[in-house]
Amino acid sequence: MNGVDSMEFFIDYSRCIGCRACIQACEECDTHRGVSMIHLETIMRADSVQTAPQVCMHCEDPICAQVCPADAIKKTPDGVVQSSLKPRCIGCSNCVLACPFGVPKYKVEINQMMKCDMCYDRTSVGKRPMCATVCPSGALAFTTRGNIERTRQGMAIREWQFGGETVRTKVNVLVPRGVEKIDVTVEQIGRTTTDEYDVAVLLQGA
Amino acid sequence: MAKLPIAIPELVAQFGPTLNRIPATGWNADVEPDRLVKTHCCFCGQQCGIQLKVKDNRVIGFEPWEDFPFNQGRLCPKGVKRYMQDEHRDRLKAPLMRKPGAGFVSVRWEEALDRVAGEIKRIQQTYGNDSFALLGGASLTNEKAYLMGKFARVAVRTANIDYNGRLCMVSAGAASKKVFGVDRSANPWSDIPLAKAVLVAGANVAECAPITTEYLWQARENGAKLIVMDPRMTPIARNADLYIPVRSGGDIGVFNGMLHVMIERGWINREFIAQHTTGWEQVEEVVRKYTPEYASKIAGVPASMIVKAAEIWGPAPTSFLLHARGIEHHSKGVDNCLAAINLVVATGRIGREGCGYAMITGQGNGQGGREQGQKCDQLPGARDIENPEHRKYIAGVWGVSEESIPHKGLTMVPILEAIHEGKIKGLLAISCNPMVSLPNNAYVREAYEKLEFFCQVDFFLSETARYADVVLAGSLMEEDEGTTTNVEGRVIHHQKVIDPPGDARADWTIICDLAARLGAGDKFKYNSPKDIFDELRVASKDGIADYYGITWERIDREKGVFWPCPSADHPGTPRLYQGNRFSHPDGKAHLQPVEWKPAAEETDNEYPIILTTGRVVSHYLSGTQTRRIGALVDQYPQPLCEIHPLLAGRLGIADGDFVKVESRRGSVTVRASVVKTIRPDTVFVPYHWPLDRAANNMTVRAIDPISQIPEFKICAVRVSKVAAPHDAIAELTMEAGGVR
Repeated sequence: MNGVDSMEFFIDYSRCIGCRACIQACEECDTHRGVSMIHLETIMRADSVQTAPQVCMHCEDPICAQVCPADAIKKTPDGVVQSSLKPRCIGCSNCVLACPFGVPKYKVEINQMMKCDMCYDRTSVGKRPMCATVCPSGALAFTTRGNIERTRQGMAIREWQFGGETVRTKVNVLVPRGVEKIDVTVEQIGRTTTDEYDVAVLLQGA
Repeated sequence: MAKLPIAIPELVAQFGPTLNRIPATGWNADVEPDRLVKTHCCFCGQQCGIQLKVKDNRVIGFEPWEDFPFNQGRLCPKGVKRYMQDEHRDRLKAPLMRKPGAGFVSVRWEEALDRVAGEIKRIQQTYGNDSFALLGGASLTNEKAYLMGKFARVAVRTANIDYNGRLCMVSAGAASKKVFGVDRSANPWSDIPLAKAVLVAGANVAECAPITTEYLWQARENGAKLIVMDPRMTPIARNADLYIPVRSGGDIGVFNGMLHVMIERGWINREFIAQHTTGWEQVEEVVRKYTPEYASKIAGVPASMIVKAAEIWGPAPTSFLLHARGIEHHSKGVDNCLAAINLVVATGRIGREGCGYAMITGQGNGQGGREQGQKCDQLPGARDIENPEHRKYIAGVWGVSEESIPHKGLTMVPILEAIHEGKIKGLLAISCNPMVSLPNNAYVREAYEKLEFFCQVDFFLSETARYADVVLAGSLMEEDEGTTTNVEGRVIHHQKVIDPPGDARADWTIICDLAARLGAGDKFKYNSPKDIFDELRVASKDGIADYYGITWERIDREKGVFWPCPSADHPGTPRLYQGNRFSHPDGKAHLQPVEWKPAAEETDNEYPIILTTGRVVSHYLSGTQTRRIGALVDQYPQPLCEIHPLLAGRLGIADGDFVKVESRRGSVTVRASVVKTIRPDTVFVPYHWPLDRAANNMTVRAIDPISQIPEFKICAVRVSKVAAPHDAIAELTMEAGGVR
């Protein structure tokens, strides 16, 4: 285990300020310069300023690779799920549809799927990924688990429940203490509006 | 005659803004840079460390600089894409002269400089020395800011020099000087995470000082409670422990109301007040009537919020106040800051670890730019131009007689008014774009059109430079070398990364050449900006902003040095007021009682809605630079009017509709963004755009009596749904002022 191996990726959605520095920096990364691989979701702008960054979560058993009919998606020995291999990818978009995090994107111009590879060119030489280096809010962090445990109140977990499917990921998400896995239920997905951040409601005095 | 030589669409076609979307060497991964230069971002007062990649004297990309202590590699989108301002199609590469009917023509430097010097002399001989004014900017390095002040007093010999920090930092500065005798943030940012209560007043940190977000979140991880005051629920307000959606201009209600509750509950440090302050009795007297109920009417928020804020702030063991333009951009901007600072001093929580306050300086060199003497009332070292001792000392440094130094001149808005009145006939400006940034743009345009002569030093043809008789092609930050002073008071070093392109020149050489033509060449003999800095050090010696012990070498070695730093062996001063020693002669903090008063223009039946203006994360100030960078324009292409669904519903406005936002002075037509994250009595329009998209078409030309800052944050408007505009300006690209 070298120093880089002990570094892990952490996402804290509550810290995100939607500034898009991650998106701007991602496209400066050498392996895919000019194309950003990270997604930033604006959740419900009419209701809130909440945003959420989405890097590839690098699943232990990547669903994108499972559904690939061309065996074009490979995982490195250290657990990083790569973009599709150009000679193999047939552009079928199975991975795009299957990924529970919505990460892979089919690029029409090159007839190939591309996705976040945790800046493998950088992390493999001891640098931090672009997005986690520039992120001004600490919503994205690439550091040791010990450092996160020392400096954050939340807990880093990497287990997700999508209906009957349990997904374990290399990337961690910070959640309030006591939460053991992130359960993405149908009700949450169906929720479309909230008054929680309505300034008019706040002004009435809760 | 400062008039447009040709129509705006023709000027845009020639000089932009157009968008740079592709790095100088293309989106290639295989281009190895020749050099990686450690320098700083130029796009806000935080001055983040960044490395620029250079190949063949071209900036081709960036790399984070993780060892720089302030930002540790962190950057906002402006920092990431700052390199795209280089190698730009719109870049001015030679001096230009206005040719009516034809636009601008390139001329030789000799011809341009002779013309400028000749016009300065002619106007001054005809109308007097003060009839020629200078405007500087807070994006200039310390060296250039110093040079502009000296150029005004020694070469042009006009009293009328001011700078665009007047639109930014002066309320905060004036308040700090009144209370503590110093105009600087009291603490380094490393104190923020150590505070147990943090109050952010009128600062959209996530968009205007994004790197500060991490400091705030870290404070919360350490157990701090965060209070945010803003008429809009900004990204940091969303996750604050207490968000107070204060009415624009109602801040004193919150501050005085909090202090009222703190006095009532005994959360006041009376021992500290007795030993280290003056003026407490008057403050206590004034806040007596600010019961939560009374205060809530001023603040426009429930009284319970004010009580809760006091309950968080009052008993906290450590605390940190951050304030910015939201409370400062008012005709009572200084009062707002004073009332906020009272909360700090009344608790005695200042001058030690995790205890203090800071103003979040906005412009690149917002801090240093206001210390070196380019303000109308100031000499280098933050000295007072009316103080005989200060005048004498600076006269000695400059080798001129004390009597030859002009006295206090006009501030920025009164300079425009004096142009209107025909008292000022000529203007030379650098690093500012008043046609976008000053209130009541129509009034500003009329003023410029009355000038007999106007010269702008610029790297792009800004909306204001279009009116120039002569445009001198100057330098971008990375094309020159010098220092700036960041939001914390940390003096840092901008390296020269590349040479200016074509015949463009480093700004300081332009000013020195003009000085020589005005007969003051012997006072402006510098071989490099470092010579200027070394003179600045001496000029600042024993002043309030004392840089004497700071050298470029020390800055590089120590990754910045905090002023005051009076000698080579002095470590610099990250935290002011340690040991409760304040900088007034009596060593005490001078508390100031503050009464709320209304804005210059409150709402009425005709104009029933509050307009507040501000910034977005992907643009910097008047947009001269960021409206030319494709990736930043894509992120926020055109100004939107944020409006609450309750108000929008009453006006029949849906999300995406075109709306006309109109005040007594002017209007914009922009698209509506219907969001619940703003007060229903307020609309917001960001100000980075020109012409028919300029938020400052509507703002009011009212200034604070002390700081003279304009009231950008509140004026009265009405809003109505309109059809899509299709005039010549609307058809321009959005970065040029069009609308889609």
